[in-house]
Amino acid sequence: MSGYMAGIVAILCINLIFAYAIFVTAAAGQLNLGGAGFQAIGAYAAAYASSVLMQPVWITIPAAMAITALVGFLISFPVLRTRGVYMVLATFAFAEVVAGFLLRSTTFGGAIGMVVPDHVGVPVLIACAVGVTLLVFYLMATRVGLAMRAIHDDEPVSTIMGVNVRAVQVATFTLAGALAGLSGALYAHHFSFVEAQYFNALLSIYVLLFVLIGGTQTAWGPLVGSLFFTLIPELLRVGGSWRYVVFGVAIVLMMAIRPEGIVTRQLVARLSPRNWLTRRKTVLGERHAG
Amino acid sequence: MLLEVEALDVRYGRTHAVRGVSLGVGADEIVTVLGSNGAGKTSLLRALQGLVVPSGGRVIFDGHDITKLSPPQRLRRNLALVPEGRQIVLSLSVHENLQMGAYCRDDGGVDRDIDAIYDRFPNLAARRAMPASVLSGGEQQMLAISRALLARPKLMMLDEPSLGLSPLLVERLFGLITELRGEGIAILLVEQNTHMALEVASRGLVMELGRVVLEGPAQELRQSDRLAAAYLGHA
Repeated sequence: MSGYMAGIVAILCINLIFAYAIFVTAAAGQLNLGGAGFQAIGAYAAAYASSVLMQPVWITIPAAMAITALVGFLISFPVLRTRGVYMVLATFAFAEVVAGFLLRSTTFGGAIGMVVPDHVGVPVLIACAVGVTLLVFYLMATRVGLAMRAIHDDEPVSTIMGVNVRAVQVATFTLAGALAGLSGALYAHHFSFVEAQYFNALLSIYVLLFVLIGGTQTAWGPLVGSLFFTLIPELLRVGGSWRYVVFGVAIVLMMAIRPEGIVTRQLVARLSPRNWLTRRKTVLGERHAG
Repeated sequence: MLLEVEALDVRYGRTHAVRGVSLGVGADEIVTVLGSNGAGKTSLLRALQGLVVPSGGRVIFDGHDITKLSPPQRLRRNLALVPEGRQIVLSLSVHENLQMGAYCRDDGGVDRDIDAIYDRFPNLAARRAMPASVLSGGEQQMLAISRALLARPKLMMLDEPSLGLSPLLVERLFGLITELRGEGIAILLVEQNTHMALEVASRGLVMELGRVVLEGPAQELRQSDRLAAAYLGHA
């Protein structure tokens, strides 16, 4: 693998894990525009544990995840008091507070950033990305996943069906924290350096776009969204600065044509070979009946 | 009595929606609650399912005081509500909506029960993989009732199930309600379709401005001039 390819694969893996963090809350109807804040905490926790506390990678990464999971759990209580656009603003404000804190903190290197001694290679990133992808696919196939989708579409009905809406939402924020923390810790260990400026508002916007453009209805969404957002700018690189214009137009078109995202539940159903067969049978059956 | 409600009060801020309502539903009967819009019927059902916290009174179900239980706890005790306006999750498939009905169950019999639903409603079976939004109004109501059935209710509460259905479908719906009673499910039926409701019910109550103003055997209520004239606007 060339250095260029390895770089793209690494960032794709980190983005994918990050996107799944945002996806699990979005799938349950909560928009999180503070992704960069969670990722920053994960990255700095791993960096601090590695460079100052001299801990090995197999401690720094789980520790970073535990911290961001706790932050996600705690932040979910004030955030879940808000709805819709106010939730977007609340999470956004959270990320700004985190970035501002890191930038001014001497413990965490301030604007200079931190060097992370232990390196994690691309194979580990790929393994983590595959693991997270499978985990989220599994989650969405369980009863909890069904409840998340029901909450996303109709919270009052979910309550009538006996779903503890608040518990599911708190759990998704906690899981989102852990996954964002993982992506941040991997970022820190792979690029061996963290600086607060990287975890800015644009990053939060990008990762939310990955998820919304990819689609929040199925676990395929973040996968397709991350691939789209990471690879398209690279493919458009030949066009120089114009690539940003083309990319922007592509996003606007995508939102106009497919507001539910690239991958919808119906698309997955249509592409699934099993459903294809049963539908043919149903159509034939109806014809016989008619 | 399977369900006993004693002096139930529901308030929303300064609005006193349900005022000291008492009622009972036996294990094998259909009881109907009648009344015009704003009489407090829906608030009563929401309080019985635990969706609003009553400000006073007690609810005894199956021998236990459930006044303070949450909706999931009430579902686990086999008390199910078919809410007003059907309220199925339109973007989930028919099958997923049914699975949601069994959300609070931990036993292994869910798939078998869903198959039984499909046998009963072939229309739902044919559309099991499709989003519930493609169903007709009547099919959506069948789905809403089926979903409540998956909680294996001892008592099913229905909030204006006939709303917006054609006369033929209303006929079929009330047939189904009678059938369910025959299967041992007690029914608490809130309706505006007085005529049909009193035909299937054994007893009825009339609510007005949060109070029960009239109650008795369905037979008597049907002939009551007071019911027709004062509360339902039929001359």
